[in-house]
Amino acid sequence: MTETLKREEVVAARGIKVTFGAVKALDGADLVIHAGECIGLVGHNGAGKSTIVNVINGGLSPHDGSLSYSGNETHGISAARANGVRCVFQELSLCPNLTVGENARIMHAELKGWNWRGRALSLVETQLREIFPGHSIDCDLSIDDLSIAERQMVEIAISFAGIDKRPKLVILDEPTSSLDAGLAAQLMAYIRKFVAQGGSVLLISHILGEILSTSDRIVVMKDGRVVADRMASEFNTRSLVEAMGNVVREQEFARAAAAKSGAAVLSMPPRRGHGLSFQAYRGEMIGLAGLGGHGQTEALLDLYLDRNSNWWPTQKREIAFVAGDRSLNGTFPLWSILKNLSIASLGQLSSNRMVDRGREDELGAGWKKRIEIRTPDMHNRILSLSGGNQQKVLFARALATTATTVLMDDPMRGVDIGTKQEVYEILRSEAANGRTFIWYSTEMDEIRLCDRVYVFRNGAIAAELVGEEITEKNVLAASFHEGDAA
Amino acid sequence: MTLHRFLMAKPWIWSFAATIIVWVVTVLFTGGASSFGLSQAALTFAAFSVVVGIGQMFVITLGPGNIDLSVPATMTLSGTLALKLMDVQDGMILVGLLASIGIGLIIGLGNYVLIKALRIPPIIATLSMSFIVQSVAIWSNRGLRIKPPETLANFATSGLFGIPNVALVALILSVIAWILLEKSIYGRWISAIGQSTFAARMAGIPVDGTRLVTYMLCAVLASVCGYLLASFSGGAALNMGSEYLLMSIAVVVIGGTAVAGGNSNIPGIWGASLFMFLVVSMLNTYGFGAGFRLILTGLIIIAVILLAGGRQSLR
Repeated sequence: MTETLKREEVVAARGIKVTFGAVKALDGADLVIHAGECIGLVGHNGAGKSTIVNVINGGLSPHDGSLSYSGNETHGISAARANGVRCVFQELSLCPNLTVGENARIMHAELKGWNWRGRALSLVETQLREIFPGHSIDCDLSIDDLSIAERQMVEIAISFAGIDKRPKLVILDEPTSSLDAGLAAQLMAYIRKFVAQGGSVLLISHILGEILSTSDRIVVMKDGRVVADRMASEFNTRSLVEAMGNVVREQEFARAAAAKSGAAVLSMPPRRGHGLSFQAYRGEMIGLAGLGGHGQTEALLDLYLDRNSNWWPTQKREIAFVAGDRSLNGTFPLWSILKNLSIASLGQLSSNRMVDRGREDELGAGWKKRIEIRTPDMHNRILSLSGGNQQKVLFARALATTATTVLMDDPMRGVDIGTKQEVYEILRSEAANGRTFIWYSTEMDEIRLCDRVYVFRNGAIAAELVGEEITEKNVLAASFHEGDAA
Repeated sequence: MTLHRFLMAKPWIWSFAATIIVWVVTVLFTGGASSFGLSQAALTFAAFSVVVGIGQMFVITLGPGNIDLSVPATMTLSGTLALKLMDVQDGMILVGLLASIGIGLIIGLGNYVLIKALRIPPIIATLSMSFIVQSVAIWSNRGLRIKPPETLANFATSGLFGIPNVALVALILSVIAWILLEKSIYGRWISAIGQSTFAARMAGIPVDGTRLVTYMLCAVLASVCGYLLASFSGGAALNMGSEYLLMSIAVVVIGGTAVAGGNSNIPGIWGASLFMFLVVSMLNTYGFGAGFRLILTGLIIIAVILLAGGRQSLR
């Protein structure tokens, strides 16, 4: 394995320091990427992963340290692109009003002159077929009309595509966060193929299985530094989690034994006129599984909007919602962290319809501690937080309400494993106190935590799994129709 | 850096700074003789802009596309009908006020019904509503000019300790609006809706109810302003609201409220209203003609909006 060290350096970042005000985002981090290797980059939210990616792709200038592409010391977005560095961002960055082909034109300036649309279309289609064989994306549609998983697939395909020359290094920041297991496996297989042909990949993911199986080398970051940099074969899940600074916890929870007691707190007739009907009982944790984009989010929205008046303020909130696509229906970008947190529970924080600032501060301080929101001051802007911490705020917003039912729309995207375990524990204790959770997740580990699972297919509920029946095999089996060409 | 941050946090400072500069320039030109009279006139006329401006600000806070163009017609109809109803009798003053508030409630409701039920964008809905309202005003007025009741006219044109009564009324309304905006749940809700309607809905905010209340509030403030203006100027005229269309929007924008919604402030409306009046009187003192004055006013508004746009960045 030592021969990788002699290979060409595609990017070398050494001793990089970046500070945002008083916050040291990177504190002397080293990251060297050679040709023909896949590097897995792991660490907590706020460990500096996204920051070092932004340094490598030229978006941020390091305040200290050296950065070189193929041995030439330079930096900036155009320099990075000229050296074949491409980046798929965690926050999806396609233009929603343009078609797939037009978005490809933005990334690939070479597509110009007569019939560039045609060439752009064939470029993306070829690449999509190569990475995700059997996909069903219509590349004439605008991005708006695609599901979040399809957008992610398109963005990945555009980044890997090359007209004159293939990219040398593709940075994938949480590429599988919206993809289901099948698509994720296709992507991982493609990464291995790309690497075997001499390309390099920097893979950032909170799904440790992917990192362990796909990378050649794993780099662990913590508090703006690299704390471990070893061959992937020297790690296993436990040692990787420990390197990140977590104590490994056994994830086995006792499932709520006395489920289905009393009357249903929520129910919904079969969707689209077929499949099973939906029921939820007090204190249950219900998973919505199935392939991404098969109607789970729509089901959650229907459940929510049917029970929430658009005209009258509700006296007693019964239902709360945790957004997955936080820039679409989660955060209020102009506001502070505290206001974002308290917006759903203003009723209980006020007297005579006037908000009591003291009680609001108290609520903020309580949740900051309980869910560890990493900020010096809750009055800072919500956008000053990293993605995972913003997601924590949205969790706290829902849990701080008096709602007895909480709907969750794949809320753990981009949240690190330590936080996830803390949130799982909070969810468990809240469920034991009688709260009902309805949880759409694309991650099998989370589906396995649920008491009962509804598997969605083509917009309707195709199967119900209870307790021990909830296994990856059963969920996948129910997700695919017998006659389907998956 | 701290001064910079302070200025960023208080966007209304600029409109007050501009007001003071224009005031000084004008007073210097007249050799100091006019300073008291000018200040009083500025406070009086700014008061009317403040009252309609506050209503417009609440609507603009609701986010992109939200605007109420029926403000001038509402002012005219309210002034006309209230004076007609009061019919120069002092005993009817309160009834007239209630009637004009009622007119505002109906027009606001009508605006939102058009927006919601017919799915017309607010800019078109309120403009069509303003045609209906203006026509009703023409039909009911029939060219007659009715005087306001004696006591009401006296109240509107006099002052307390040198401060015009209408300015005091505007100040009271501003304080109430400030409390609503900064302290109440309603203020949080409109700000949330202005930033992201979908996110506001999913946070449990009754979006349609809040928007309806806001359009009604805006129309009521315009009605009250029409009632005061008609009493102040000794009778309602059919074109009395026309200059307040641009004015109501300009004072909101110059005052530092985000045009894209979600972020607004009341003090800025005062600064901007005083500024707008003083600019016109400054150009008057310098002896410019009406046409040139309007061109300059337009250019000043554009310049201020350009500067204001440069100040605000999202992160």
